Amino acid sequence: MLTRIMAPEGVPPEVEAELGAVSLRDVSKTFPARRRGAAPVTALDGLSLAVQPGEIVAVVGPSGCGKTTLLELVCKLETPDGGTVDAAPAALMAQRDLLLPWLGAVDNAALALRVAGVRREEARAQAAALLRDFGLEGFERARPYELSGGMRQRVAFARTLLSGRTVLCLDEPFAALDALTRQEMQDWLAGALALAPRTVVLVTHDVEEAIVLADRVLVLSPRPGRVTAALDVDVPRPRARTDARLVALRERALQELRA
Amino acid sequence: MTAALLLLALLGGWEAYADLSGIETFVLPAPSAIATALFDDRVLLWSNFTVTAGEIALGMLLAIALGLACAVAMYFSPALRRALYPLLIGSQTIPIVLVAPLLVAWWGFGLAPKLAIVALVCFFPIVVPTLDALDRVDADLRKLMRTFGASRWQTFRMVEAPAALPGVLTGAKLSVAIAAIAATLAELSGSESGLGNLLLKAIPNFETPRAFAAVIILSAFAAALFGLLAFAERRLLPWANQPRGTAP
Repeated sequence: MLTRIMAPEGVPPEVEAELGAVSLRDVSKTFPARRRGAAPVTALDGLSLAVQPGEIVAVVGPSGCGKTTLLELVCKLETPDGGTVDAAPAALMAQRDLLLPWLGAVDNAALALRVAGVRREEARAQAAALLRDFGLEGFERARPYELSGGMRQRVAFARTLLSGRTVLCLDEPFAALDALTRQEMQDWLAGALALAPRTVVLVTHDVEEAIVLADRVLVLSPRPGRVTAALDVDVPRPRARTDARLVALRERALQELRA
Repeated sequence: MTAALLLLALLGGWEAYADLSGIETFVLPAPSAIATALFDDRVLLWSNFTVTAGEIALGMLLAIALGLACAVAMYFSPALRRALYPLLIGSQTIPIVLVAPLLVAWWGFGLAPKLAIVALVCFFPIVVPTLDALDRVDADLRKLMRTFGASRWQTFRMVEAPAALPGVLTGAKLSVAIAAIAATLAELSGSESGLGNLLLKAIPNFETPRAFAAVIILSAFAAALFGLLAFAERRLLPWANQPRGTAP
């Protein structure tokens, strides 16, 4: 399965020149009722958060607290009903890999480049180089159904990186994987981000994932979501899961979630 | 294998019954008589077959082109879909047996009425699975394309059109068999050649073995077209029948 876990080397350097910031001020979002007679759903109410360029911020919260809505606002897929969203162009990576089943790994990774008008050969060359860095050498032509779950997420992450966006929105990216693969992928992502820094908003319900990966962890309240606690993870990388400081922070975050 | 044995048994029983019961050949020809007709009339059958095969192939191409255009238009315009879908269903209830002679009266004994009938019959089974496949395209995929800054056309070309291909092929496979029936029916209503035309002449002349031979050729052609489409599906769309997430 995971033959080697490596961080990327061939990421376009121009992206790293200026990373984008994200700033949400007093944002609220309400969705109209799905059925007649049902109440409209307030997903977010008065949420504020700021992510510095190059910072990795994890947002944890119970199911249905508006985490996905938050990312869709950052990615400009939704507009807020109130407040302001100020974000550099962002790329979204979801829990489901959303790879196109008819394309091989290289063409899937190159999708954003192709959308941007990069010529096929050039896009493929860039994608193939990144896939090699991601330990997927030899799988360039494999279709998604021929890849394991961890491999598919790595292809999806390559596609997200190659979109050239300096802000990455990760929506529970590893939630669909088994526990062991998930831990491997978290370590792998930490390594990948160390070598290709990005501004990251990571949404998850896995507190450990948040603590291991992020510079700062925000705890969201149940719907309507608002930030109830902010924890700075002041632990140098690479981090060990068993680090006493991380374990203590995880306990604190869990307490905040239960509060 | 089992199918071949069953077929052999049926043919054997048929042959025995036709030979031993003393039934007239023009009422029920024995398989051997049909085989003889297939061989003896091969030039006549072939020249008529090429006419009918052309009508089926062209008619289906026309149906696929119109069906795709219609499905895509209805996919993009809900208003058009509401307006057009009832009409499409209505078009399928038109009794072809009544329309075919009318078309011949309007357009003559040539290719046009045959193409119209084949296309009319094959059109609907292509529209429905194609439109369904388009409707099933993951909404999150469209969102993903939007975050990449894709235009509506890019999303259609890169995501929706490939995703609809299995639906198109399913529709084409459904259409093949009825296309043969439609072409024959169109020829029965007025024609100068074709396997349907041959049937029209053979039956009143008590040349029943020749008529059976014509039907066998028609079935074989439809089966071959179906096989061709199934082969194309396996080769071009190997991903379409893969359950997701089963790789090691």
